[in-house]
This record gives sequence, structure tokens and C-alpha cells, in this order.
Amino acid sequence: MQSSPNANPTTLIIRTIAAWSVALLLFFPLLFLAVTAFKTEGQAIAVPSLWVFTPTLENFVEVQARSNYLHYAWNSVVTSVVSTILGLLIAAPAAYSMAFNPTKRTKDILMWMLSTKMMPAVGALAPIYVMAKTAGLLDTKFALIVVFTMSNLPIMVWMLYTHFKDIPHEILEAARMDGASLWDEFRHVLLPLGMGGLASTGLLCLVLAWNEAFWALNLGSADAGTLATLVASYSSPEGLFWAKLSAASLMAIAPIIVFGWFSQKQLVQGLTFGAVK
Amino acid sequence: MAEHTRAGSRSLPRLLMSPAVITLFLWMIVPLVMTIYFSVIRYNLMQPDQTGFLGLENYSYFLTDPDFWPSIRNTLVLLGSVVLITVGFGLAIALLINDPFPGQGIVRILLISPFFVMPTVNALMWKHMMMNPVYGWLAQVWTFFGLQPIDWLTDYPLFSIIIMVSWQWLPFACLIFMTALQSMDREQLEAAGMDGATYFQKLWYLYLPHMARSISVVIMIEVIFLLSVFAEIVTTTNGGPGNASTNLAFLIYKQALLNFDFGVASAGALLAIILANIVAVFLIRMIGKNLD
Repeated sequence: MQSSPNANPTTLIIRTIAAWSVALLLFFPLLFLAVTAFKTEGQAIAVPSLWVFTPTLENFVEVQARSNYLHYAWNSVVTSVVSTILGLLIAAPAAYSMAFNPTKRTKDILMWMLSTKMMPAVGALAPIYVMAKTAGLLDTKFALIVVFTMSNLPIMVWMLYTHFKDIPHEILEAARMDGASLWDEFRHVLLPLGMGGLASTGLLCLVLAWNEAFWALNLGSADAGTLATLVASYSSPEGLFWAKLSAASLMAIAPIIVFGWFSQKQLVQGLTFGAVK
Repeated sequence: MAEHTRAGSRSLPRLLMSPAVITLFLWMIVPLVMTIYFSVIRYNLMQPDQTGFLGLENYSYFLTDPDFWPSIRNTLVLLGSVVLITVGFGLAIALLINDPFPGQGIVRILLISPFFVMPTVNALMWKHMMMNPVYGWLAQVWTFFGLQPIDWLTDYPLFSIIIMVSWQWLPFACLIFMTALQSMDREQLEAAGMDGATYFQKLWYLYLPHMARSISVVIMIEVIFLLSVFAEIVTTTNGGPGNASTNLAFLIYKQALLNFDFGVASAGALLAIILANIVAVFLIRMIGKNLD
């Protein structure tokens, strides 16, 4: 990326200041949350807000002690990772055959899959709730995994399809000419060339599942509740403990944010949904 | 042998597609059929002894609920506002940070962060630390400028929800636009610059057409997720005050899990599906040609 020819020092300075201001403005609520997590309850609601104080870790200790953070964190990890892997296993073969053996109906099937995602989750609340209840699966990780997988599946198929479509057909045809079996094709052509697509799709779905709140709140509670459930339990209006709320929130979002920072390049690629050619 | 491979190449793709197609079909059809069934019977968890066929009574109950039309309006206002805000500001920010400047990488990381925040945290953070009328940061800013602090969630409940949801989705729009801008044809831009094109001419004739597809994708994805905003409402305003921030998703939730009336909730769910389909048809009319 070279700077454009009309870039002079003044516009560069203005652009830099503007960009940093916007970024800090948007990031500010998170910074405030993170700082509050290290305050005592008294400091947390001081007006004007304190920015210099002796940080304390007692909120984190108390969140773990009072609501067993690690239990919910483990549920979040299990449900998001397993649902992502399961989703990839189901979506990848479908996306593969749509991309490499398209028929007249491929586009229709793809649009139909996306349309199932447009149906608001709440539309399926009563039946899913009744089914889970009848099967004794309310508040189990299994139910959440199934639901997360299914609700991410349309997006996974679509994303993988757009990625696979970019793999040149000639490579696969050449491999077939050379007598490659489906397994060879998969291992030596599709996996290396499609790795980027699989990774970015997986990353996005991991984030979506980690942050999923509708089903987590309605199907999970004490046993299978995820971090979204844990945080919601701190929302009771009578107990406004900002410092503890902030600590619980920070513990709930920090893993996925740090994960996101490190994988942002991959993730951005996946997020484009083939929007950029 | 040749015959065999040709037959094989036709059935194998179908075989590979079937897990996704079958599971999604079940995921769609089973709840749909159950919802239709629930919607015409008396089905209240609190009155399990009362059963029976109701016909369209649940529908008329849901449709005549005084919260119904406000909830449709709120759903559409929320959706439209957030899409406008995120696409508008997303484009502006993406154009602002497209060219290199000191700290570009860090700015990108700061900007992307809100997208990873789960809706419950997002909602609680804004409700308490930002929008609390006494201790909140916004109240402090208002006081600093000598203004009367605003009680956001009481006085502007829907607008507050719009702020929270926009904050979450702005990074998403911004990132997609940034990626799209990277593939702009630099030579074309320079040629336009030499021909004396103003910035706005370049924006209108070069940038926006180039971005059409990514704008469509952003709108499409946001519509999918924003038709049923739920966690932000349930953790902050609980649909209130009154019905001021009740959207269709929350109204159905209220019937199902607060009133335990699954019959009425199912009738509402079918109406929500119809609304989603209407929106989808409009959407595909408007931007469908860009998606392919």
C-alpha cells in the first residue's frame, strides 16, 4: 500500500487524528468496563469517574466464588468449539459439491438455506423448548450444541461456498485426470487451498456461538448455561454492583476478544462472505 | 466403466450435500409444523387441563394485543435505523482509515473489538456504565457541558437500544467495507484525480459502485440478525417503558415464557415468520442482483 500522490503532511495529520478519535470513541465503553472491573464498589460509582486508583483483584475472586465462573466458561468453550466443528463437518461437503458440481438448483438451495436463517429464532422458541423439555434436554450442553450448530449452518455453507468457488476448477480437474481419488483430492487439493476459507468460517462461527444469547438464555441455566447466561444473572436491578458486573463481563468477553485480535486477519477474510472480488 | 463414473459423479455431490440439506430441512420443518399446530390449540403451561382446538383465536388474540402494532413498528424502526447508521458510518470510517497512517494496525484492532462483545455484556455495559442518569459516563459528559443529564432508557428506550445494537454492528460493516476498499483500482482513482474529479465525484462514481456488492452483503447479514434483536432488550428495558421498546421477538417471548401461553406465542411466531418473509422479498428485490 503506497500513500496516494495527493497525500500531504497536513491531511495526513488530520486523518490520523480523526481516525484515532473515532477508534478511541468506539472503544471507550470497553475501556471503561475494563477499568471498572479493577475498582472497589465504592470507587466504581464515584462521580466524576476515577482514573487513578489502586487496582484490586477482589471482584474477579468474588465472581468465581459466587457464581463459579469456570463452570460457565467451560460450558462456553465446549458448546462453541463442538458446534463449530460439527457445523464445519456438515457444511464443508455441501459447500464443496455446490461449488464444484453446481446444478440448476444450486442457487435455489443456497437461498433456501439462507432463508431458514431469516426466520427469527423466537419463531422456533416454543417448539424447540417443548422438544427439549420432552426429551429431558433442557439445560444440557447437548441441546445448546445442536441449536448453535443448526443456527450457524446456513451461514457456514454460504461462506464456504464462496471460498471454494474461488479455487480454480482446473486444479481439481487435473488431479482427477491423474486418477486422484476423492480422498486424495480432499487431502492434497481441497484442504490446502480451502484452508483459509475453513479457518475463517470456523473462526466466525466460534465467535457467533460464544456470543449467542437467545438460546443460551432460554434453554440453559445452572447446568449448561454459558457465559452469556452468567452475565445476564448479574443484571438484576436490585443488586447494582458495577465492579462485580464489570469483572464478570470482562471475564466473559476477554477470551473471545483476545482470540479475535489475534485472528483478525483471517476473520476479516471470512467476514466478507465473498463480498470482495 | 465410463458409465459408472458418470453416474457416480452425479450421485456423489448429492450424497455430500444431503447432511446439510436434511438437517436444515428438519430444523425448519419440524418446528414449523409444531408451531402451526400449537397456534390453533389452547396451550397454556399454567392451565394444562384446558385443551382443545381454537381455530384462529390465538391469532386474533395476538393481533388485537395493543402491543402488536407498536412491536411491528419498533422492529422495523430498529432494523432500519441500525442498518442506516452502520452502513453510513461504516463507509465513512472505512474511507477514513483506508490509507496508511501512524497506528493503523492498532486503530483497526480497537475498531473491530465491539463485534466480539456478547449482546448481554453490551447491553449491561451501556445500561449501567454509559447511560445511568446519575453515575453513567454520558451523564457526566452532559453535566460537564452544563446540560441536564438524560435518563436514556426511560426517556428514549428504543433509541438507546438502537445505539447499543449499532455500536455492536458498526465494526462489522466497517471491516467489510475496509476490505472492499483495498481492492479499489488505484490507477483509475489517480486518472480521475488528474482529470480534476472532486472527492465527492470520486466517491459517487468510483467508490460507491465498487462497494455495491459489499454494501448488499452487510445489509443482508444485518437484516438476518437484526429482525430478532432480543438479548439487548431483555437485559435492559424489558420492552418498556410500556411497549416503547418491545419488538416482535420480545412480544412473542413475553407470551411464551412470561405468560406461559405457547398457543398465542406460536401464533405470534408465525406472524413473525410472515414479516421476515416480506422483508426478505423486499431485500432480494432491492439488492438481490448485487449478491450474485
